[in-house]
Amino acid sequence: MSTPQRRTDIGPPHYEKFLHPIIKNNYGKWKYHEVLKPGVLVHVAEGGDKIYTVRAGSPRLMSSDFVRFLCDLAEKYCDGYLRFTSRNNVEFLLANKDNIEPLINDLSANGISAGGTKNTISNIVHTQGWVHCHSAATDASGLVKAVMDELCDYFTGKIELPHKLRIAVACCLNMCGAVHCSDIAILGVHRRPPKINYERLSNLCEIPSIIASCPLAAIRPTIIDGKKSVEVDEDNCMYCGNCYTVCPAMPIADPLNDGVSIWVGGKVSNARTTPMFTKLAIPFLPNNPPRWPEAVAAVKNIVEVYARGAKKYERVGEWINRIGWPKFFDLTGIEFTKYHIDDFKYAGKTYRTTTQMV
Amino acid sequence: MSDSKTPLLDELEKGKWPSFVKDLKKLAQRSPKAKDLLGQLELSYKDKMTHWKHGGIVGVKGYGGGVIGRFSDAGDQFPGAAHFHTVRVNQPSGWFYTSTALRELMDIWDKYGSGIVNMHGSTGDLILLGVDTDNLEPLFTDLSNADWDLGGSGSDARTPSCCLGPARCEFACYDTLALTYDITMTYQDELHRPFFPYKWKFKMAGCPNDCVASIARSDFSIIGIWRDNIRIDQDEIKKYADSGLNIAADVVNKCPKNCVEWDGKALKIDDEGCSKCMHCINVMPKALRPGEDKGACILIGAKAPIVEGAQLSSVLVPFMKLEPPYDELKSLIRRIWDFWDEFGKARERIGECIQRIGLGNFLEKVGLDPVPQMVLQPRDNPYIFYEEYFEEE
Ligand code: SF4
Ligand code: SF4
Ligand code: SF4
Ligand code: SF4
Repeated sequence: MSTPQRRTDIGPPHYEKFLHPIIKNNYGKWKYHEVLKPGVLVHVAEGGDKIYTVRAGSPRLMSSDFVRFLCDLAEKYCDGYLRFTSRNNVEFLLANKDNIEPLINDLSANGISAGGTKNTISNIVHTQGWVHCHSAATDASGLVKAVMDELCDYFTGKIELPHKLRIAVACCLNMCGAVHCSDIAILGVHRRPPKINYERLSNLCEIPSIIASCPLAAIRPTIIDGKKSVEVDEDNCMYCGNCYTVCPAMPIADPLNDGVSIWVGGKVSNARTTPMFTKLAIPFLPNNPPRWPEAVAAVKNIVEVYARGAKKYERVGEWINRIGWPKFFDLTGIEFTKYHIDDFKYAGKTYRTTTQMV
Repeated sequence: MSDSKTPLLDELEKGKWPSFVKDLKKLAQRSPKAKDLLGQLELSYKDKMTHWKHGGIVGVKGYGGGVIGRFSDAGDQFPGAAHFHTVRVNQPSGWFYTSTALRELMDIWDKYGSGIVNMHGSTGDLILLGVDTDNLEPLFTDLSNADWDLGGSGSDARTPSCCLGPARCEFACYDTLALTYDITMTYQDELHRPFFPYKWKFKMAGCPNDCVASIARSDFSIIGIWRDNIRIDQDEIKKYADSGLNIAADVVNKCPKNCVEWDGKALKIDDEGCSKCMHCINVMPKALRPGEDKGACILIGAKAPIVEGAQLSSVLVPFMKLEPPYDELKSLIRRIWDFWDEFGKARERIGECIQRIGLGNFLEKVGLDPVPQMVLQPRDNPYIFYEEYFEEE
């Protein structure tokens, strides 16, 4: 038997192969869309053709069998056409309106909710966590599951919000996700300088690249047991873990001190206001697997205070900008601490230089 | 007493949201690798710590990217997790699939790996999680024969990704899927063989709603926009008003530029003053549409905090027409890569490199004229590096 030839640099399959015939026929000719109910969209083309979309939350981390299960549903209700969204939702693309309800019923019989459209909390964008990353200060999949269990009614539209709300989770400062521009972000943090394994370091790592990796120049060359090595100026370290990325002999994970921080008020869309970064709400909450009750409660509190106080079409950041940060801390009951005041480069930009407090 | 080996994880089988634990436990009945992954994850939940070692270098022949080595520090206890490499499969533009294609892909994956996937990774790839080093080559051979290829990783062009654009969105100002496919195919070498100073991400969004977060997450952000007037269908406006939409409160008062007028009969927009923020169009998609002179705004430099702090992309070309073969765009990309090759430092993103060198100097080097659209305001400090001065003859 001859071994099959491998092919290189062929690129991904052409997307046209995967487009529903109605989509292919109306490509670039869509006129408008409507949200028929939470999780259900209809897009109408210039010529009157319609394609229906049912959007449902997926756990992102899944088995091949779960993918096959989604395929079964797609074959049963929409000729096998499905897609995924940038927020890890699955979307079924239906020609036949009558299939919408049976599909939703089939999904919910299997514990999957339709939703994530319009003024809802869509699925959480997240990273690998303890499931698959060496850098992680927390888990992502478990944290997301715990948060979404609590916020599911906001996903399905059972509880309405003033506007859409986007949550993201990243398990370390590398932030493999748009955590820094989400309405609410949960970010895993380390809180202790790296511990250096001198022996491994001299075998594994290049001293100049370790030194160059530190944003705060907290790593200095030194000699340990006659060998070139490094030392960390612990007062200058902000636990970013970049040195660990460069050198495995500088582990930073520490069960006693790792945990999560909560951030608010970011957005990427240009609607009304320009894109915004998230800002710190809570500097530290403990890692408390399997359900992270402190983090879940903190997120839920912010969602509820926002839902009560924001005006229609205000994203979290827009709401806070209207009421002012003092009021945000007041309403949420979150303590304002020294850690909330920026002390990185150009920190002065965030000091209040007006008597206007709102 | 329960004899479950994963008492902590079992807690995550409860609740309204789909449970990855339930799903993976089922998979574990036939996949020893999935079983050991769950075992190791349970240990992490107990220890409150990761049990993955720093990635090692593994890959497939001829490729520098696409595979990320992952080794367990608890491999004795969980042999199936000992090697658990990631394979990034380049997703189709817009994440469109047919069930046939996904089934074929899953069958290949079950043959060689753990059966665990991410739909999808942060950059956009379809991620296969958990394969042994020895299975990498045969897995890749089967994938490539089923028309799939690897995405990027390391210091290369990462897999470009896009919103679904004209495939199902009336707001799309250019063909995001076509451009993404074209860029991916044009830069296969840059995608598969890392020789940049650091990673480089492309993200294509069809309009300023930016559903793929390109302004926050890509070194090179291509965001659709139009130059002419918002198209208005007055009949549909009336229908929105009749159906109870409060146009004054929800549209006029929310317009950030105060350029919408509504007298109860007709809606007027002062397009000169409009910032093309999308709000009014989002609220009344049946009545309002982007103009017809469409293209994209090109922005550069977004990144997460590591190392010098987070950045959003900033404007490089306020408006560019995007039609195949995209020569103007590709020439710009080439000039920027040449600049980066010369001036970039290892592990420095292009956004950081531009900060270090100065946007003005960067523009000169890549042959773009400075325009006011690139900044929020001119500088407010007098520390100008004048490049010339006169001397007495
Ligand atoms: S955010 Fe950090 S820990 Fe999480 S997947 Fe990315 S690099 Fe790993
Ligand atoms: S963790 Fe970050 S700040 Fe601390 S020494 Fe390492 S690179 Fe420097
Ligand atoms: S970015 Fe704009 S064009 Fe693309 S899907 Fe979102 S709204 Fe539609
Ligand atoms: S797009 Fe934005 S700025 Fe322009 S008219 Fe509409 S709401 Fe106003």
